[in-house]
Amino acid sequence: MLRKLFTGFCLVAAFLLQVTLFQSLSLASTKPNLILIVVFIFGFMRGKKAGIWVGFFGGLLLDIYYGDSIGFYAMIYMYIGALNGVFYKLFYDEDITLPLALIFGSNILYGFSVYVIRFLLRNRLDFGYYFQHVIVAETIYTMLAAIVIYRPLLKVNRILEAIEKRSASKFG
Amino acid sequence: MKRKNKFSMPVKYLLLILSSICIFLCILSFTDLSAAPYLKNITGYVLVPSQQGLNHIGQWFSEKADNLEQLKEVMAENEALRKQNNALMEENSRLALERTELEELRQIYKLDETYDYPKIMAKVIGKDPGNWFQIFQIDKGSADGIKVDMNVISGNGLVGIVTSVSEHSAVVRSIIDDSSNVSAEFSLTSDICNVAGDLSLMNEGKIRVEDISKDAGVEPGNTVVTSHISTKFLPGILIGYVSDISIDANNLTKSGYVTPVVDFEHLTYVLVITELKQK
Repeated sequence: MLRKLFTGFCLVAAFLLQVTLFQSLSLASTKPNLILIVVFIFGFMRGKKAGIWVGFFGGLLLDIYYGDSIGFYAMIYMYIGALNGVFYKLFYDEDITLPLALIFGSNILYGFSVYVIRFLLRNRLDFGYYFQHVIVAETIYTMLAAIVIYRPLLKVNRILEAIEKRSASKFG
Repeated sequence: MKRKNKFSMPVKYLLLILSSICIFLCILSFTDLSAAPYLKNITGYVLVPSQQGLNHIGQWFSEKADNLEQLKEVMAENEALRKQNNALMEENSRLALERTELEELRQIYKLDETYDYPKIMAKVIGKDPGNWFQIFQIDKGSADGIKVDMNVISGNGLVGIVTSVSEHSAVVRSIIDDSSNVSAEFSLTSDICNVAGDLSLMNEGKIRVEDISKDAGVEPGNTVVTSHISTKFLPGILIGYVSDISIDANNLTKSGYVTPVVDFEHLTYVLVITELKQK
C-alpha cells in the first residue's frame, strides 16, 4: 500500500513538475522527460509488471491532458516500462552506466514512436532534423535529470523494501 | 518477497489486455463517446490547483534568470532607444496626419469594423510535457463559458484555438504547433493563404505560410490576419508579418514565412474570445 502511494505520488509529481516548473527550466526549448525517468526507474527496480502499470498510468495522465487521443502515450510508456522490466535481473544498486544506457535507449525509442505515429504519418519526412533537434536533445537533458533523480529514488526504494520485509516477517 | 494476492497474471496477458484497452480508448477518442472529458474532470480537481501553485515557483526562477540578463541588455538598449526615439517622433507626427485622413476615409466607406469581440482573461497553468507539440492548458473551463474551437489571443495577436475543455481548465493548441493550420489572408491585398505551424521552424520563431496565389502582390513585411473564409477563426485577428516569399516548385503558388507577433515562449496570460465563428 505504502509503495503504491509512493509510486502514485512520484508519477503525479513528475507530471506536475514537467508541465509547470520545467517549462521555465527548459534549455533551448527542450525539456527533460521526467515521466519517462519514473517509468524507467520503477520498471528497472521492480520488474516488468511494475513497469507496465506505472507506464500505463503515467501515459494515461499525459493522454488525459495533452494527448490527441486517449491511450496513445499510455501504450508507448507501458511498453517502455515492460522493456525496462526485462533488465530487472541485472539491477544492481551501485551501477549507474546500465541505467543511463537504458534511459538513453528508452528515450530514443519514445521519441521515435512519437515521430512515426504523429509526424511521419502526416508527411513530415525530415527525420534527420527531428532526430537531432528533438529526440537527441531531449535524451541528453533527460539523462542529466536522471543522474540527479536516480539515487534519491533508489534510497527510498531501499527504505520501502526494508519496511515491507519487516512487516512480511511479522505476519509471515 | 511474497505477493499478497493469490492470483497473479502472466506478464504477456497483462500487456495484451492493457494494449487492447489503449487501442479501444484510442478508437473511442475519435467518436462522440470519448472518455477524455470525464477523466479530465475527475483528475482536474487535484491537478489544476497544484499546477497553479507550481507555476508561481517556476515564474520566480525564470524571473531571477531574466533579471540578470536584462541588466546587460537594458544598458545597450537604452542607447539604441534614444536614437530610435528621435526617428519615431518624426514618424509619429507624420502618421498622426495620415491617421486623420484614414479616419475620414473609413467613415466615408463605412469600413469602421474594429473587431471587438467579448473576451475572457485566462492564465496559462501548464504546457505540453514533451518537446513535440505546442499545446498548453489554461485555468478557465466550461464553467466559465469556454467552448471548443474558441479563438485565443494575447495582447495583439492570435495565439491558438481551444481543442478540449473540462470544467475548470481547457487545452489550447497554439498556431506554432506542427499540426496547426490557420486559414489567413493578407490584410493589404486580401489574398487568401494558409498559415501552418512547423516544428523545424519553431526555434527560428517562424511559421510557414503556404498556398499564396502566384499572382498575389505580396511583399515582405505585409501583415497576415485570419481570413473571413475560415470556419473556426474569427476574421481580422493579426497573426504576424510575412517574409521570404518564393514561388513553389509547382509554379502555381507561392510560400514563405510568417513571424508571429505573439511571444510564445513567455505566455502567461491569454484572452479567450467567447464568440464562436459558427453559431
